[in-house]
Amino acid sequence: MIFNQNEKSLSLNRRQFLQASGAAGLLISFSAPGIGAEKKDKIPGLTQSGPVMGNAALAPNAFVRVGEDNLVTVIVKHIEIGQGAYTAMASLVAEELDANWAQMRAEAAPANTELYANLSMQAQAVGGSSGLSNSYEQLRKAGAGVRLLMVAAAAEAWDVPASKVTVARGLIREVGGDRTATFGEMANRAALLVDSKKAELADPPLKDPDDFVIIGKEKLTRIDSEAKTNGTAEFTLDKYMPDMLTVVVAHPPKIGAKLQSYSAREAKRVPGVVAVHAVSSGVAVYGTNTYAALTGRRKLDIKWNDNDAETQSTEQIYQNHLDKANRADGISVTKTGDVNRAFEQSETMTEHVFRFPYLAHAPMEPLDAVIIRNTPADVRMGKPTVQVWMGSQLQTFDQQMIAETLDTEPAQVELNTMLGGGTFGRRAQPGSVFAVEAAEVAKAMPVGTPIKLMWTREDDIQGGYYRPLAVHVVKASQDKAGEITGWQHTLAIRSFIRGSMFDMMIQNDIDPTTVEGIKETPYDIKNYDLSLQYIENPVTGLWWRSVGHTHTNHVLEVMLDTMFEKANLDPIQARLDLIKDSPRDAAVLKEVNRIAEASGEVPEGRARGVALAKSFGTYVAQIAEVSKGADGLPKVHKVWCAVDCGLAVNPDVVHAQMEGGIGFGLGAVLYDEITFDDQGNVEQSNFDTYRSIRINEMPEIEVAIVNSGNSPTGVGEPSVPPIGPAVTNAWRRLTGQMVTTLPFTKGVPEAQSVSDIEETA
Amino acid sequence: MAITLTVNGEIKRVNADGDTPLLWVLRDELRLTGTKYGCGVAQCGACTVQINGNAVRSCIMPVKTLEGKKITTIEGLDDSVAEAVKAAWVDINVPQCGYCQSGQVVSATTLLQKIENPSEKDIDLGMTGNICRCATYPRIKSAIQQAATELNQKRQEEQQRDVAFGTYDPQSDTSSLESLS
Repeated sequence: MIFNQNEKSLSLNRRQFLQASGAAGLLISFSAPGIGAEKKDKIPGLTQSGPVMGNAALAPNAFVRVGEDNLVTVIVKHIEIGQGAYTAMASLVAEELDANWAQMRAEAAPANTELYANLSMQAQAVGGSSGLSNSYEQLRKAGAGVRLLMVAAAAEAWDVPASKVTVARGLIREVGGDRTATFGEMANRAALLVDSKKAELADPPLKDPDDFVIIGKEKLTRIDSEAKTNGTAEFTLDKYMPDMLTVVVAHPPKIGAKLQSYSAREAKRVPGVVAVHAVSSGVAVYGTNTYAALTGRRKLDIKWNDNDAETQSTEQIYQNHLDKANRADGISVTKTGDVNRAFEQSETMTEHVFRFPYLAHAPMEPLDAVIIRNTPADVRMGKPTVQVWMGSQLQTFDQQMIAETLDTEPAQVELNTMLGGGTFGRRAQPGSVFAVEAAEVAKAMPVGTPIKLMWTREDDIQGGYYRPLAVHVVKASQDKAGEITGWQHTLAIRSFIRGSMFDMMIQNDIDPTTVEGIKETPYDIKNYDLSLQYIENPVTGLWWRSVGHTHTNHVLEVMLDTMFEKANLDPIQARLDLIKDSPRDAAVLKEVNRIAEASGEVPEGRARGVALAKSFGTYVAQIAEVSKGADGLPKVHKVWCAVDCGLAVNPDVVHAQMEGGIGFGLGAVLYDEITFDDQGNVEQSNFDTYRSIRINEMPEIEVAIVNSGNSPTGVGEPSVPPIGPAVTNAWRRLTGQMVTTLPFTKGVPEAQSVSDIEETA
Repeated sequence: MAITLTVNGEIKRVNADGDTPLLWVLRDELRLTGTKYGCGVAQCGACTVQINGNAVRSCIMPVKTLEGKKITTIEGLDDSVAEAVKAAWVDINVPQCGYCQSGQVVSATTLLQKIENPSEKDIDLGMTGNICRCATYPRIKSAIQQAATELNQKRQEEQQRDVAFGTYDPQSDTSSLESLS
């Protein structure tokens, strides 16, 4: 996502930062030696969420606790949203601690910028597939520090030098002797050594990667697999409190519309509806249970003010983008050589307009939060002013905005990060719009009222914050030999960064999330001229798994492939010939070609297409094999995927993210778009009209990890960009049809948008 | 209204509007939170439970229609088929975000209870009502196949034992059952 490792400038402004980090107050003490045994877990692998109150025998740093029960709990600062953060962080600690994987546990860190900032952002937040790369050293050091303490404690207990103590697979042993101890047995003694070892703990020695036994090696059972299989994993929606009210908010049917007036008379007659209040995003209905709240919402009579709303149809919006993209006065992003001269001397010209739709994220768990403003009496007894439980991806910012809404300090807002039922970017909102809605909903009720705010699927699909619609106009030239001699490219898109709290990412008026992937490319394209046109409209946008790469990379890879085909060039070799000074790009391309060729000849009636994309520091190349399905759409049979994410800390997680990203991207490319009718109303509302890929549409996937010996980079997003262009290229090679409008249901005129398999179960 | 339900083998009396979908009674009244909300219109399968052994979307089942029926949620799914499915799920690391997986496990268990050796097409048919936005589908497929293999091995072992003890009854052998319904 956006938080590019190179964007060092990204930070809160000073006031926000000081407020957010809450110089005093929320700093939870972790050092509580000898207080007693770890709480027994309810859920295998996961410990109960909530702030850590120092009940561990040993807690020498903010990331690891060891209990007398011999469990090692890793405090994870990044939200777990399926990307494997819990497993990855626990692996880093377990490796350096030489723990046994079975004794590892994980839990979410409380919101605390001072302790848990993402080192690439100066805020507790995760995005840009940055979770692992920024924690790699930090968590290894945390684990190494605990190991050092265990060794020192055992040496003291056994009266031997530390050099005579070793640790392996969770067991402390005396070298050349027969004494052994578990971490649990040494935890209290180790805790007493924390102060005297302070200097060593700050920078403990780390293993040589050649000695790793967990990182990059074992196929670990994910720390959250069991709880997520048997239904015990607790998501925000699963949090209940005594006398809690469930709240749904009626949102406007047009993006940007505001509440004008409403009548709650009928809604209040619904049994179980206890209150109805206006909030800035709409009208909130409070029920003693979910069904009452939902029923009450249906009975509201609301008039919306459309003055600031989007009232245009998708076609009008598209035309606005196209008109802008066709203008010559865009912001120059990259310019090399003289493209006009190149065009004059060219042999062949290729010109296309590419159209990308609005896309909703549609995580399985729609947005939700549980929030309580504690009573003054409870606050006097030590409770924070506000407690919140939500799947927050940007904790520092959400905490800050909740505090502002409720007229308190961030340090007085206890934010508990829950497991997120998917996000794909949706839970990372500049301006924390959803967190503010939760705070407003709580503010409208008396203190002491626990509230669960939930969005329905309709709220989610129709609620804006989409991957922005984008139009690319591209013109490129080739000489007689097929070599690309010039490239002129204009992109029209709305920026969701400009004017947001992430505005500081913008440099020279260029929003990097709009042009990542084409601002610079691995290819040596001469006479390259890229410009950007901003669109202003009320349709709110957001990063959607792999952000700008979702459209920029598609255009680049489809254009190139088309031009190579025209010149009768091999798509792999022609790319390799054009790649300059980027051996990692070349390596994944060669590897994906190798594994696809090893699978044998392309069967009759099918074709293969290739695409390459580097995003968020990770290199991915994919080859898709397609035929024409009964519905007239591409039927994707198999996808080969080669990935270089530096050191693959958990190879199985890397595989899983490649598989998942391919499916997520493919579903969108084939089926998905949010459209507006001629009044500006969103036309989709649920999974019946906004399709998700289903099991029968999922291709077989083969993944190869290329080990380049580099430091680890993220894998949550980088498998998404190549799948669209790979399928588009395969389809064109199969049918001769150049698809430039997504999704395929729109780009292929004769396609049917209905699945050919009927539901049975 | 007062409604009596049989959930996971226990009799539960709840007070709810009879039109309330079973999903919200399970969650709000009985705190069986493994069953998830995903769409409310029987499109995603996150709310899948068993009613009299069939996989059903609880988000559209009015609770007043369910008296006297046997409701089984993920929390009560514990026969040998369910245990094999869950073990395969963990072994293969199927879940990513995990939110849809209770529903997936209930659907997969129902499939294997009805078809012992599902073909790929059977798996597609049995699982196509369950959306996973993380697209864990390849692993779901592998896990179902692995669970089926393990269950078959167990059955064979039991059969050999039963034959040896003279208690094998060919009438109760359902391995040739082909239809889902």
